[in-house]
Amino acid sequence: RPSVSHSQITRLYSRFTSLDKGENGTLSREDFQRIPELAINPLGDRIINAFFPEGEDQVNFRGFMRTLAHFRPIEDNEKSKDQNGPEPLNSRSNKLHFAFRLYDLDKDDKISRDELLQVLRMMVGVNISDEQLGSIADRTIQEADQDGDSAISFAEFVKVLEKVDVEQKMSIRFLH
Amino acid sequence: LDYQHVQVPFEITLWIMLASLAKIGFHLYSKLPSVVPESCLLIFVGLIMGGIIYGLNDKSPPVMDSDIFFLYLLPPIVLDAGYFMPSRPFFENIGTILLYAVVGTIWNVFGIGFSLYGICQVRAFHLQDVSLLHNLLFGSLIAAVDPVAVLAVFEEIHVNEKLHILVFGESLLNDAVTVVLYKLFRSFCEMPAIKTVDVFAGVGKFFVVGIGGVLVGLTFGMTAAFTTRFTKDIRVIEPLFVFLYSYLSYLTAEMFHLSGIVAIIACAMGMKRYVEANISLKSHTTVKYFMKMWSSVSDTLIFIFLGVSTIGENHEWNWPYICFTLIFCLIWRALGVLVLTFFVNRFHVNTVTSKDQFIIAYGGLRGAICFSLVFLLPDFHRKKLFIAATTVVILFTVFVQGMTIRPLVDLLHVKRKRESAPTVGEQIHIRFLDHLLAGIEDISGHWGQYYWKDKLEYLNSKYLQKILLREYDQPKSSIVLLYEKLERKHAIELAEAGQLGHAPSHPSLLCSGFLCSNSDRTVITDKKSEDTLNPDVLENIQEILARNLYRIRRTGPAYSRHRLPGETEPTEQAKEILILQRRSL
Repeated sequence: RPSVSHSQITRLYSRFTSLDKGENGTLSREDFQRIPELAINPLGDRIINAFFPEGEDQVNFRGFMRTLAHFRPIEDNEKSKDQNGPEPLNSRSNKLHFAFRLYDLDKDDKISRDELLQVLRMMVGVNISDEQLGSIADRTIQEADQDGDSAISFAEFVKVLEKVDVEQKMSIRFLH
Repeated sequence: LDYQHVQVPFEITLWIMLASLAKIGFHLYSKLPSVVPESCLLIFVGLIMGGIIYGLNDKSPPVMDSDIFFLYLLPPIVLDAGYFMPSRPFFENIGTILLYAVVGTIWNVFGIGFSLYGICQVRAFHLQDVSLLHNLLFGSLIAAVDPVAVLAVFEEIHVNEKLHILVFGESLLNDAVTVVLYKLFRSFCEMPAIKTVDVFAGVGKFFVVGIGGVLVGLTFGMTAAFTTRFTKDIRVIEPLFVFLYSYLSYLTAEMFHLSGIVAIIACAMGMKRYVEANISLKSHTTVKYFMKMWSSVSDTLIFIFLGVSTIGENHEWNWPYICFTLIFCLIWRALGVLVLTFFVNRFHVNTVTSKDQFIIAYGGLRGAICFSLVFLLPDFHRKKLFIAATTVVILFTVFVQGMTIRPLVDLLHVKRKRESAPTVGEQIHIRFLDHLLAGIEDISGHWGQYYWKDKLEYLNSKYLQKILLREYDQPKSSIVLLYEKLERKHAIELAEAGQLGHAPSHPSLLCSGFLCSNSDRTVITDKKSEDTLNPDVLENIQEILARNLYRIRRTGPAYSRHRLPGETEPTEQAKEILILQRRSL
């Protein structure tokens, strides 16, 4: 498990408790929805769902931290050490996997055209017709699809983003 | 003809009328404002007016009286800036802003002062009699970045929110430093001998000026909020209180030799939240409109007067001094920004990129504050030299830097473009990741100062709200409040526009481009099965995506001089998203 510094844990814990209005040591979906900026984030609901384990309505601090741990920056010295151990949560692959899971709601390890359409609809304004959106989705799949199944698998997803600096994009530096 | 009787108000009104007509004139010819910023055009008009007056009267035109500037023209602009300042990004970046404002200004002042003193030592320039103190005094007034000029120019170039708030916040807050240093050096000039204890007194004075200003501002702000609690039956004069209390805070601070600008900003930011909850919707609109109107008028007048006052016999043209002043201003600002950014980037998450640094350094415009301060200098034999140098620096920064900053920004943009355009998939996924990260940041509360924000919220809900708000009901959760507020505004707007169905306000893209023309419908279905990557289709999609993908929070400033807060892009987007989400429930 990647080591998180003591001060980071304390900070996250104080954030956790301030979100926990019911003061019962767990967060519900309403607690997250109370953050106003999430309400106007197009992906707000999906992000909130990512915190909750399968089928549950409450998340405790451990789960909260575990999800956020995906977004730790990759330290240089971590890259080389521990090749034999389990991959840390904040590796490039795991970061991309986290994002992939937000697309892939039915968890079949593929982003189907429908799933892509749903996300696209959330991300664009009201002026795009369904047909245009459909064309965009088709185009996206066409570019990425290599094994011809008209869906984007995780490997194809990774390939599309190979030129993007995912490590930097998907990291927040917690306070020192 | 009884001209004497009405002379003063008549002339004032004529000037304001001239300013407003000039503004109309610029916007009639629509291409002009994009090439030349408005401030340049206004100075140009002022120069022409000054030339006319000089030609007619054969003596120097009236110089802009420093009192008029500081007491009447500057407060509305600063009030507008403080009231509509988006407080979240401001406080997010407050450390950086303060660093640039305080340390940066001090660095600039001493740097410019000492280098100019070095130049004065060169015998060929005939400048020996300008002492070190005089140079430092000059440095203190020329180093300050001017909020009016900065605002005017940054309106034209669209930089991201963080950068906007950095430069803007810096220009506002460096007033405290400028005031202290200017007064300090001026008093030193008049003192026969300077002891170290005086220097320390100066340093202490800086803290007093800054913190005192904030306290004065907050006091008046809270009083204003308290007053509006009782204005339920006299709605008509509610807006007046906002202006009266803010202006009083400015004047009181100036009276005590504190920083008036800091006071008025603190007053506006402090009272905004409570006043808006207490006053009626119509009063709220009135406040917004009047503020924008007054600040616009002030802004225009300042630039015109700058132009007028330039003409005349107030100048001593010692070109070496002037040129070196200009060069040193640029060099020291660039150095200062580089060094400070180096420190900022090490301790802060939101790094300031080198492109940002360039814009900050290049956007350090000087304006009317320097001009007024130089006229306030005590009369000594080299005063005209300083006036000339100040004029040149201001004109250079406003004209040259103001006009070229936009092309340079675009050039930098172009240079950073990737070799190959991103594919559609990349674009979508990147934006997806951006939204994801913004959401995670919001959840982890990761903006620094979180601890203080929480404490302030606690203080607010426990005490302040009860005292200052008229109707203190059950505190609703903030998402409900935000949603209600936006929904209400949207409904009102729709009702006013006479349409209650949801009609898109942007020009419809439905019939643009390849993707939707009827005759090509069949072609689309055919193309779907093809493997070729047609560049036309690609371009259209890219265009559509670029225009329609929702932006993440941090792009685009929420503060704009010429548009009211509810009409800026981020608010429109937020409204759309909320409404969509409600429909999908």
